[in-house]
Amino acid sequence: MRELIYLTVVLPLSGFLINGIFGSRIKNEKVIGIIGSSTIGISFIITLIAFFETLALPTEQRQLIVSLFTWLKVGGLDVSFAYQVDQLSLIMALVVTGVGFIIHVYSIGYMHGDKSFWRFFAYLNLFIFAMMNLILADNFVLLFLGWEGVGLCSYLLIGFWYDRKFEKSTTADAAKKAFIVNRIGDFGFLLGMFLIFLTFGSLNFNEVFSKANTFSVSTATYGFIALFLFIGATGKSAQIPLYVWLPDAMAGPTPVSALIHAATMVTAGVYMVARCSIIFASAPAIMMVVAVIGIMTAFFAATIGLVQNDIKKVLAYSTVSQLGYMFLAMGVGAFGAGIFHVMTHAFFKALLFLGAGSVIHAMHEEQDIQKFGGLKKYMPHTALTFLIAALAISGIPPLSGFFSKDEILWYSYANVGIIFWLIGVITALMTAFYMFRLYLLTFEGKERFGHDKHPHESPKVMTIPLIILAVLSVIGGFVGIPEVFSGEHGNQFHNWLSPIFANAERKLMQFGFHTHLEEILLMVLSVIIAGGSILFARYVYLKSPKIADSVSSRFSGLYKTLWNKYYVDEIYDAIIVNPIVVVSRNFLWKFTDGKIIDGLIHSTAKLIDVSASYLRKFQNGIAQFYALIMVFGIAITLFWIIMSF
Amino acid sequence: MENNLLLTYLIFTPLIGSLIILLVKNEKVSLIKNLGLVFSLIAFIISLVIFFSFDSNNSDFQFIHKLKWIEGINVFYFVGIDGISLLLILLTTFITPLTLISSWSSIEHKVKEFTFFMLILETGMLGVFASLDLFLFYIFWEAMLIPMYFIIGIWGGKERIYAAIKFFLYTMLGSLLMLVAIIWLAVYSVNILGGFTTDFTELLKVAPSITRDLQIWMFLAFGLSFAIKVPLFPFHTWLPDAHVQAPTAGSVILAGVLLKMGTYGLLRFNLPLFPDATIIIAPYISVLAVIGIIYGALVAMVQTDMKKLVAYSSVSHLGFVVLGIFAITTESIQGAVIQMVNHGLSTGALFLLVGVIYERTHTREIAEYGGIAKVVPFFSFALLFASLSSIGLPGLNGFIGEFLILLGSFKSGVLNSWWFTVFAASGVIFAAVYLLWMYQRVVFGELKNPKLEKLTDMNSREIFVLIPIFIFIVWIGIYPSTFLNLSEKATKKVIYQVNNPVNVTNIIGKK
Repeated sequence: MRELIYLTVVLPLSGFLINGIFGSRIKNEKVIGIIGSSTIGISFIITLIAFFETLALPTEQRQLIVSLFTWLKVGGLDVSFAYQVDQLSLIMALVVTGVGFIIHVYSIGYMHGDKSFWRFFAYLNLFIFAMMNLILADNFVLLFLGWEGVGLCSYLLIGFWYDRKFEKSTTADAAKKAFIVNRIGDFGFLLGMFLIFLTFGSLNFNEVFSKANTFSVSTATYGFIALFLFIGATGKSAQIPLYVWLPDAMAGPTPVSALIHAATMVTAGVYMVARCSIIFASAPAIMMVVAVIGIMTAFFAATIGLVQNDIKKVLAYSTVSQLGYMFLAMGVGAFGAGIFHVMTHAFFKALLFLGAGSVIHAMHEEQDIQKFGGLKKYMPHTALTFLIAALAISGIPPLSGFFSKDEILWYSYANVGIIFWLIGVITALMTAFYMFRLYLLTFEGKERFGHDKHPHESPKVMTIPLIILAVLSVIGGFVGIPEVFSGEHGNQFHNWLSPIFANAERKLMQFGFHTHLEEILLMVLSVIIAGGSILFARYVYLKSPKIADSVSSRFSGLYKTLWNKYYVDEIYDAIIVNPIVVVSRNFLWKFTDGKIIDGLIHSTAKLIDVSASYLRKFQNGIAQFYALIMVFGIAITLFWIIMSF
Repeated sequence: MENNLLLTYLIFTPLIGSLIILLVKNEKVSLIKNLGLVFSLIAFIISLVIFFSFDSNNSDFQFIHKLKWIEGINVFYFVGIDGISLLLILLTTFITPLTLISSWSSIEHKVKEFTFFMLILETGMLGVFASLDLFLFYIFWEAMLIPMYFIIGIWGGKERIYAAIKFFLYTMLGSLLMLVAIIWLAVYSVNILGGFTTDFTELLKVAPSITRDLQIWMFLAFGLSFAIKVPLFPFHTWLPDAHVQAPTAGSVILAGVLLKMGTYGLLRFNLPLFPDATIIIAPYISVLAVIGIIYGALVAMVQTDMKKLVAYSSVSHLGFVVLGIFAITTESIQGAVIQMVNHGLSTGALFLLVGVIYERTHTREIAEYGGIAKVVPFFSFALLFASLSSIGLPGLNGFIGEFLILLGSFKSGVLNSWWFTVFAASGVIFAAVYLLWMYQRVVFGELKNPKLEKLTDMNSREIFVLIPIFIFIVWIGIYPSTFLNLSEKATKKVIYQVNNPVNVTNIIGKK
């Protein structure tokens, strides 16, 4: 099956083509849904078999490249449609096809009755196609094809309900914003590719990374490459300063938020950095930048999440925050831990979004958590699975989030210092708080919705996916039990990925000596903090709800800042977007084009016109006048001839 | 070398068609339309025959046909092609029949004259891409102005006369200097070759020996007329006017083919004839190209008229092509050549689509639209597809060209600075801004304008015109080798010529 890995790219593409071309004529939702889901399901099975086949092979034979055909062969550039099977791409492919399949199935229920049901499934398949290109690519250019392709699908799906309003503007606005902000990141990615090509003369992973490991290239060059690539990652993975599109991306249907804007696409930046670990490891300064941006994003997004009332918006900021953790992991050289968090996060965050979708579905498109309450009674499956996910993201053992998050925190402490660990733990504290604020306000306490709403549990096609994801959220962490508990076998997840990151880790060589006692101590501490935070949230939102109100009115300035997300969108509009538009319209177009260049042209024409009107007077048709001119002419010529002797 | 008449047949097929059409009575409109289409299709078929018998491993000019023409001044009818010109010839013969079909119902009066001029125009364009004698080139170059002038002036919009004259004078100004330079070159060749000649292949041996200062003057004289045609910033202001006023078919030809004559000229003549000057001037002209990329994109962004927006986007896209040419690396020039084709396809498609919607509503104001996705789904899809191609989405054609140009200019030794690429690459962001913003305002949102509710989706004729373009958009995006292979040898030859100017003493010594 390893040789057939390209089928996981081809199948979603064929699903897209079938539903895209014939979908509007098929009309039967079941048929469309089955076509859309089965292509992904089969891809998942293929990936799974390939995974077990790879597992059975000795480490040095695990990488395989399946090349289909040459794409671009010009000058020194030679890239193909070639797909790479290795430890890293397999993990990512399992997550994408696995979680992707579950969300496809869920969508059959969620999108039931939508007038463009077929279009939705066509786009979802196209997305998986692009995403598989991104993670299976054996070169930067093909990765970029997937990279831009997922951006396109994100655009199409955010704007899926193109005639709806979204907050102050429209879904189309949100879609465009997502695409353009991503493009700003892509600009960095492009430059990174160019510099890699200039430095190593190739854009194929194997060649570039092996040269990066052996060539002597200046640290500055590595620094620029890493920085450019990281700019690309901040766009796709919604990090400071380019995170602003992700909260708006919630304008799309909820399964889209789960699949694209939580579980898979937004982790592409993390994947890319992990893939280029050797380059980043060669640029220590940029590693620090990555870590700082990561932890800052994690922290600030969490603070915003504390006060939002839109159920999806809280989850969106939570996603931004969790992505920050992943970049923190990259920045401190814990590449394996970062990928581990990508995986567990995919489980519990997809679950949270799908749970939110189930609630929104039941509450007739209502998204304000202040208007929920007591829903546990009506939708027990949704409530229970949501609770599991909330516990997982809060880092309560032995759920999956605990293992991955704690590993990141541990490496931040061990590789860089206590400060990163501390901010990470404070962020975890906030995470636990806002997640339980969300859970409690939605599912417990008093019912705060009107009699016009009749909440009900969602159909099986939606709850079964929730249950599967809940199981994964519970057990998903066991593949990566840290060495301190698992003993001599070590961390299985790490062992699997270690050949990918071996060179980078050798270059970093920063693992100071730390005792197991320290590790356990910090772990216990962070669990106590998260647990305390959950209990506190319980106290505030169930026992004495007044506390929340009095705190927010007491710190109204801070509350308003957080509620308005630090006014970042407004600031960007004021200092970047509007000036560019105004200058383009008034200075470039109306003034430079209209007045200067055309002015010059018109005045030249005018000059000719005016001078011609004078010259015309010589041609007055009077023969005597012509004769006079002739005489003058002859006289001057004679004079000139005589003088030249 | 043996003469091959195929190219001559190709060039003059449309001309013969136009003459035959003159014999048909004005009233027989559908016969005229069909004749026009048939002759443009014959030309297309001949170009395919040439394509299939073209040897892409041979870097010399092929399908050569050389005849004595004006004996007194030693001017030849001399045509031949290499991979670069072949691609542009294919583009021309491909686009022309499509534009004829597209104007099947939009051109209602003076159909005979319209078809006549369109065919003449095709001959002119083919001649430009095939000429290997500078005198002949000049004739075709100028001749093609006339039909375009009439197409804008007769079938254009409200301000058509202003636009037509502006177009005509702007381009005339440039070409006069070119004529002077051609004559100067021919006279100069007397000293070295012992005879007056405008034969490009002969001049190639002579021109590089001109002193550097004179080369610069020659470069500028040729370059100005090409730069105006491209159009390179700041010579671009004729373009928006011409595009907005021209009928759809005119805009498609203008953007699709005519502009490429400028970039083609730079690549074919300026680089190999004046190599020393090229190296010196390349950074400056690249600066203009980069300004054009950003400037065109920013001005496109704030347009309120769809057609004007697409017109300004051409300024931006052609900036990429010029940058690619003057970065003088294999990657960048190959990118520039394929980008000429790409721009013809994507922008051609965009103009066709604007034409489709204009025919129904008689407005191109973006503000008049909104929410039409609901009533015209296929149109909305097609517009998105063409926009994505123009934005440079990987997997479609635009990406191939832009990526190669940027990659090549980044490593260019002639430009020797990252900044060209850094600024040019920002054009990639702006392209997404102006096209997606327009798309959003036209297609998405609520349908508010009641007039739009009765809008009909594209009919089968309109779809039929777009499908072939879309096929090539995907083809070039996924498997560009078909086209890149054609021009590879020619590209490498140009680069060689720039870097290794002919040593003229050898030639003189041999005589």
